[in-house]
Amino acid sequence: MSVVDRQEWDVVVVGAGGAGLRAAVEARERGARTAVICKSLFGKAHTVMAEGGIAAAMGNVNSGDNWQVHFRDTMRGGKFLNQWRMAELHAQEAPRRVWELETWGALFDRTKDGRISQRNFGGHEYPRLAHVGDRTGLELIRTLQQKIVALQQEDFRETGDHESRLKVFQECTVTRVLKEEGQVSGVFGYERESGRFFVLEAPAVVIATGGIGKSFKVTSNSWEYTGDGHALALLAGAPLLNMEFVQFHPTGMVWPPSVKGILVTESVRGDGGVLRNSEGKRFMFDYIPDVFKEKYAESEEEGDRWYDDPDHNRRPPELLPRDEVARAINAEVKAGRGSPHGGVFLDVSTRMPAEVIRRRLPSMYHQFKELADVDITAEAMEVGPTCHYVMGGIAVDSDSAAARGVPGLFAAGEVAGGMHGSNRLGGNSLSDLLVFGRRAGLHAAEYASRAGAPRPRVDDAQVDAAAAEALRPFSAEGGEPADGPPENPYTLHQELQQTMNDLVGIIRREHEMEQALRKLAELRVRARRAGVEGHRQFNPGWHLALDLRNMLLVSECVARAALERTESRGGHTREDHAAMERTWRNVNLLCALTDPSGGLAGTDTVRGRITLTRETTEPIRPDLLALFEKEELVKYLAEEELYE
Amino acid sequence: MSSYEARFKVWRGDAEGGGLEDFAVEVNDGEVVLDIVHRLQATQAPDLAVRWNCKAGKCGSCSAEVNGRPRLLCMTRMSVFRRDETITVTPLRAFPVIRDLVTDVGFNYTKARQVPAFVPPEGVAAGEYRMTQEDVDRSQEFRKCIECFLCQDVCHVVRDHEENKPAFAGPRFLMRVAELDMHPLDAAEEAGLDRKRTAQDEHGLGYCNITKCCTEVCPEGIRITDNALIPLKERAADRKYDPLVWLGNRIRRR
Repeated sequence: MSVVDRQEWDVVVVGAGGAGLRAAVEARERGARTAVICKSLFGKAHTVMAEGGIAAAMGNVNSGDNWQVHFRDTMRGGKFLNQWRMAELHAQEAPRRVWELETWGALFDRTKDGRISQRNFGGHEYPRLAHVGDRTGLELIRTLQQKIVALQQEDFRETGDHESRLKVFQECTVTRVLKEEGQVSGVFGYERESGRFFVLEAPAVVIATGGIGKSFKVTSNSWEYTGDGHALALLAGAPLLNMEFVQFHPTGMVWPPSVKGILVTESVRGDGGVLRNSEGKRFMFDYIPDVFKEKYAESEEEGDRWYDDPDHNRRPPELLPRDEVARAINAEVKAGRGSPHGGVFLDVSTRMPAEVIRRRLPSMYHQFKELADVDITAEAMEVGPTCHYVMGGIAVDSDSAAARGVPGLFAAGEVAGGMHGSNRLGGNSLSDLLVFGRRAGLHAAEYASRAGAPRPRVDDAQVDAAAAEALRPFSAEGGEPADGPPENPYTLHQELQQTMNDLVGIIRREHEMEQALRKLAELRVRARRAGVEGHRQFNPGWHLALDLRNMLLVSECVARAALERTESRGGHTREDHAAMERTWRNVNLLCALTDPSGGLAGTDTVRGRITLTRETTEPIRPDLLALFEKEELVKYLAEEELYE
Repeated sequence: MSSYEARFKVWRGDAEGGGLEDFAVEVNDGEVVLDIVHRLQATQAPDLAVRWNCKAGKCGSCSAEVNGRPRLLCMTRMSVFRRDETITVTPLRAFPVIRDLVTDVGFNYTKARQVPAFVPPEGVAAGEYRMTQEDVDRSQEFRKCIECFLCQDVCHVVRDHEENKPAFAGPRFLMRVAELDMHPLDAAEEAGLDRKRTAQDEHGLGYCNITKCCTEVCPEGIRITDNALIPLKERAADRKYDPLVWLGNRIRRR
């Protein structure tokens, strides 16, 4: 049917944020011919939005820091649901991944003795975040982008072609991972610019597509975050892990409406900013949960002393993990103590001189000045929770980043699950991208070289099916009138966002999630009729119509898993099951396609498409458990886990 | 909240040609031009092509021209215009149109490849890099660049002179040369690469006559002309004409 351009590569990386680019660098350095595919221009990925820093226990500012402390903080932040081997590898390897960036040209802020400076952040015991002002993500993406260019310059010198071993296919979208005999054989996608289809044949595919935030109305995420990689993996037969855990960052802008959700970096609090309600009270002191009581200051005086003397004082509760702060803000607003536009006040103006604020938080100063007419050196910001990150994701092997159940498929970064448990600490995302991006690239390259010849060939029937699926929105207008009128993809998207925001948001209730699942079923039926005008050349309406498939699939996963988990933990808060239950500590929820036969199951309608299974997690290795005090472990672990 | 209806003219078309199309569209408090473009997509022109990502002035994707001036659509607030004003949105003029507000910015990626990468110092292991804040300040300013390419679009050397493009890297990539040249640990010189000379000979620094248009348009407030281009020019000039510097270099190289 369709004549589709085909190319052969060893490794295909889907996504060009921090994880995707780090994977591509590694795969290419290991000798694999590597293609990177990204929806936006090269260098624009969502990683540029990361502000605070990269968590790595280098111990440059406080020499007491080491990987064990970082590991402990990460497990506590994730409420012990983390895939512990990932947390261990992450804590151990993060410093090397940061130092390596310097050899590629990165310029971090410095300590007095010329080393990489590190800043405080929520949930981290010591100053740990390598940073560049509040634009660390930009530095990370630019450094990796420039490293890719450096490798291409090397290849040009040797082969006369910049793209002979490493090529970036920018502004392209992948709609299917292709398989032959159960193994990955390549990807199918389209060029956004021309609308032309293409197939990249490769034995190994790394998914590094980031998150799902665009399924929620108030979000800090960009348009790209439509859960593509999550959906690609599901459709290819790989399960998703613990999708109920969605992080609502406590501090997003709330005013004006057009910027609602845009992130206000945690560095504001790390550097001394405080949260106040409409009565002027620093309310976070009322919200320190029992499991963290010993670690946080009891009075404002103690909290304030901590910034200068962290060894003899405890940190202020504004620096609790994000889930705690987000819930607290939500509760204050609900109790009628919110700010005029439905948030709370975040104030640095009374805490630091104006010139220090402008130097340490330049982007925030700029952002509020330009977008909200607020001078943060003179007045408080208004902030409230915003959908920021998904902890759940593709179930992977900790060491190799290989997706479960689909040989040749790998995943790294936000799209992979497990690393952060039920809640991610700030700063652990950028380090996650580097550590597991590298591991995914390494193992994908090894897998591709083992795959040898002959490689699985992509058969035409699959390509035709994928092409038909992608073209469907153009014929929706001419469908049977009995099915109903064509639907506007933008309207469907808005309804989906409102549904997820209102019914599967920061605080969840059983009947609301059931209602959400019914609404999702309705939207799925209507999405079949999502029609588009115009032609295939750079047509955002068409692109959105295709992205809807992914958002609907992923939203169903979130809602089903959230309904199933009858406890509150990290990024999953149930009003009807408010306590964290030790019996749930070692339970993973896996989402898989009900009908894994492939084909076009992704567009099936009425009945839900996701089946949930429970799985008991692997016991935490004893030497890692021994890093914690027994008194702390009893708060998290079930009886039988403690006495094994 | 007060809403009103604004009048817009948006360029629509492709490489074959096109023209301005009229729209009347709702505007609410606090909105930026990108919000209005999104409203047009959702309600009147679903296939209107525009690039955007972060909507917070951090990614540099939504560059276009508003009333003839290069701007980020996400950082241009509607409140800067009078309510009775017709707002004209057109694609970046210096680059070929793909469709509507989307242009082919491939020129910039080609130029990026022509600037030799950072050269790590030999014998300094990862983790052993030591630099003072004062020494990294200068290059850090240039690394704030979000690659929106507004400076490339506004620069008169290429804006209306397609023929200059092969020889001229543009402010963004001359600044990249300056950034690497001022990097405290860049070992290009030890590797036999004179970045200042290449700025002049290979990247067209001589075309720049310091009109500062790039500095004025930069949404990050980077002082491209004063801090990158002029120092680079001075250093390149030293190299080229100062016999003492020339002699010193000859001796040091031995």
